[in-house]
Amino acid sequence: MNPLLSVRDLTLLYGPEKGCQGVSFDLYPGEVLGIVGESGSGKSTLLSVLSGRNRPDCGQVFYHCPQTGSIDLYQASEAERRNLLRTQWGFVEQNPRDGLRMNVSAGANIGERLMAQGVRHYGQLRQAGLQWLKQVEIDPSRIDDLPRTFSGGMQQRLQIARNLVSSPKLMFMDEPTGGLDVSVQAHLLDLLRRIVRELQLAVVIVTHDLAVARLLADRLMVMRRSRVVEAGLTDQILDDPQHAYSQLLVSSVLQP
Amino acid sequence: MDTVMEVKGLAKTFTLHQQHGVELNVLQSLDFSLLAGECMLLHGRSGAGKSTLLRTLYGNYLPAAGSIRVRHQGKMVEMLGSEPRQTLELRRTTIGYVSQFLRVIPRVSCLDVVMEPARARGMALDKATARAEALLSRLGIPQRLWTLAPGTFSGGEQQRVNIARSFMVHWPILLLDEPTASLDDANRNVVIELIKEALRAGSALIAISHDADTRNAIADRYLDMTPKELSHAI
Amino acid sequence: MSQHAESNHIVEAGYNFAYLDEQTKRSLRRGLLKAVAIPGFQVPFGGREMPLPYGWGTGGMQVTAAVLGRDDVLKVIDQGADDTTNAVSIRRFFTRTAGVETTERTHHASIIQTRHRIPETALRSGQIMVFQVPIPEPLRFIEPSDSETRAMHALNDYGVMHVKLYEDIATYGHIATTYAYPVMVDQRYVMDPSPIPKFDNPKLNMSPALMLFGAGREKRLYALPPYTRVQSLDFEDHPFELPKWEQSCAFCHSTESYLDELIVDDEGTRQFVCSDTDYCSQRCNEQEALA
Repeated sequence: MNPLLSVRDLTLLYGPEKGCQGVSFDLYPGEVLGIVGESGSGKSTLLSVLSGRNRPDCGQVFYHCPQTGSIDLYQASEAERRNLLRTQWGFVEQNPRDGLRMNVSAGANIGERLMAQGVRHYGQLRQAGLQWLKQVEIDPSRIDDLPRTFSGGMQQRLQIARNLVSSPKLMFMDEPTGGLDVSVQAHLLDLLRRIVRELQLAVVIVTHDLAVARLLADRLMVMRRSRVVEAGLTDQILDDPQHAYSQLLVSSVLQP
Repeated sequence: MDTVMEVKGLAKTFTLHQQHGVELNVLQSLDFSLLAGECMLLHGRSGAGKSTLLRTLYGNYLPAAGSIRVRHQGKMVEMLGSEPRQTLELRRTTIGYVSQFLRVIPRVSCLDVVMEPARARGMALDKATARAEALLSRLGIPQRLWTLAPGTFSGGEQQRVNIARSFMVHWPILLLDEPTASLDDANRNVVIELIKEALRAGSALIAISHDADTRNAIADRYLDMTPKELSHAI
Repeated sequence: MSQHAESNHIVEAGYNFAYLDEQTKRSLRRGLLKAVAIPGFQVPFGGREMPLPYGWGTGGMQVTAAVLGRDDVLKVIDQGADDTTNAVSIRRFFTRTAGVETTERTHHASIIQTRHRIPETALRSGQIMVFQVPIPEPLRFIEPSDSETRAMHALNDYGVMHVKLYEDIATYGHIATTYAYPVMVDQRYVMDPSPIPKFDNPKLNMSPALMLFGAGREKRLYALPPYTRVQSLDFEDHPFELPKWEQSCAFCHSTESYLDELIVDDEGTRQFVCSDTDYCSQRCNEQEALA
């Protein structure tokens, strides 16, 4: 099987040890990669470079699509990158307001990717909206409501639906459960687990919450001060951390 | 019979960076082979590294040195240095692990927990449900608990759910860490039966058990894990 | 309503022909050439101070000034009428600074400057329509950032336009936009046709005339060369529809033209009248002649 995403020596630094450097890995279809680390470790920078939002200082990101072949993300044109982000990739922002159009209805939010791809049938768009609302467990009767009338957890689920409508193969998630109440988090995590399994999504998820990492990720990369200090199987990293920093991280987690 | 696992020179060390770099050499230069249909019991006092060995064989702990080769889909595959997805693939189809403690994923029903390994291999929902229900019945988990999440179950109940989950599917290699601890006689006998059925079906087992009756019922051979002195780095 | 062309008045001394200096006109024409070469694409230009504030047609006037020649015949309309204050002022402006012949007859004009309407009378090859545009950017309603809208046009990233139409249908059951209805030009650029009623949109498609658009405040030019394909955005199951009136014009009885609704007395009596004054008066004259 060929990897879906190949990253080689990726570096983007804002200052000494601020940002990310020397990151290399391959991500396979259906794999969930968690990037963990504390604030300032560079995980969000890495995510932004991986997803085509920030050009790296050096290094490469290759996306291998079975249908259209490989593209070198930063050699491609802006148009190709945008198209990728709108069709085969998804990005779930930490704050749903950054990932939604707050002043158009839930149905319009979900349908936008389809409209951008040239779907010109209102009935079809509405059907897709209803279907995806059900998938993310939002009452379909809310299809015409504005996102500002939704709770935080619902907004987050709407954001997920908005991304999934184009059947992406790869999703990037930036602390998707951050800022949500614990019970709401739980609901969202259950949804994410189910969806990742059912749709065989490859996911790169940034989180500072090790419990979320254990629940969702197959493998982890631990970042500290712009570098990946340890990488491997999730349960191995969390149960048998090798690097001093990983051990510190794991031992710091409070057990209720 | 086929060799299903070959271990050579396996070493495992824990370096506790938070405690001034204390090193615990738990496993040193371990060698053994395992044949299909045989049950090997790990023998040694507490602290000898029995659980550590099982976890290392499962990929949960990272070996310091050596080789673990496992028969996977007809070929011998090296586990050391393999990619996470390879280890996960091995865990999905070849190596099963029954730990002492059920790791509880919240809000997932007992039935779903038990069915999961079968569903991961593509078994149909109705078939998986039927088999899960049969196993749970056999292990004495009452029906009213089947739709509940096991988080609130007693230790013994959780363990039986764990056992049911492990025997949902056929494992070429099954690692069992104290499978009958905290079970009463009746349930212990059910588990022993399940183990024997698996052995007859060709599974190779490595098990830890402090219970003499269990050991006597299932063991074909023993691996003596003489406890090592805790060595401190100077 | 006077119908005959006004003859050359004395041109005011001290102004260049059509007010703008030659360098400015040249730079405007360069911009217009670029606009014509890329139908529907917004070309920035160095807009000049005109003796009117923004919002009163300065963009249209700069375009007219740039293309106006001594032999041109100019018509100016505002909401279809030649006799409203703005139309009269702008027409006089060009009379005083260029001395060109002016007319109210669509058929006789070589340049027609308009605010918010396209004449009912079919345009012919050789005529130039100059549109006054307030907001040239069709994406502005949903994207406030100018650099982002420019990127969206460049990358053909128009999904959001249909988001707005979808929202209309979800809210009102039909597409609610009735003027400044966005169009797709030559299957490449989405364009705001200026606040003409959607009734006029079909007149943009494959017109024999050259259509030029000028926005003074925003300093943008765009154009539709003759015989350009212009399609109004819609959905397959909610196609673009022309509005229809139950009434006909109270003066000329036309059922084909765009009607204004007038309140004619203190009791609130309503009358529907052609918005295009020239079209209406032509029909009335013909009907009188036949009577």
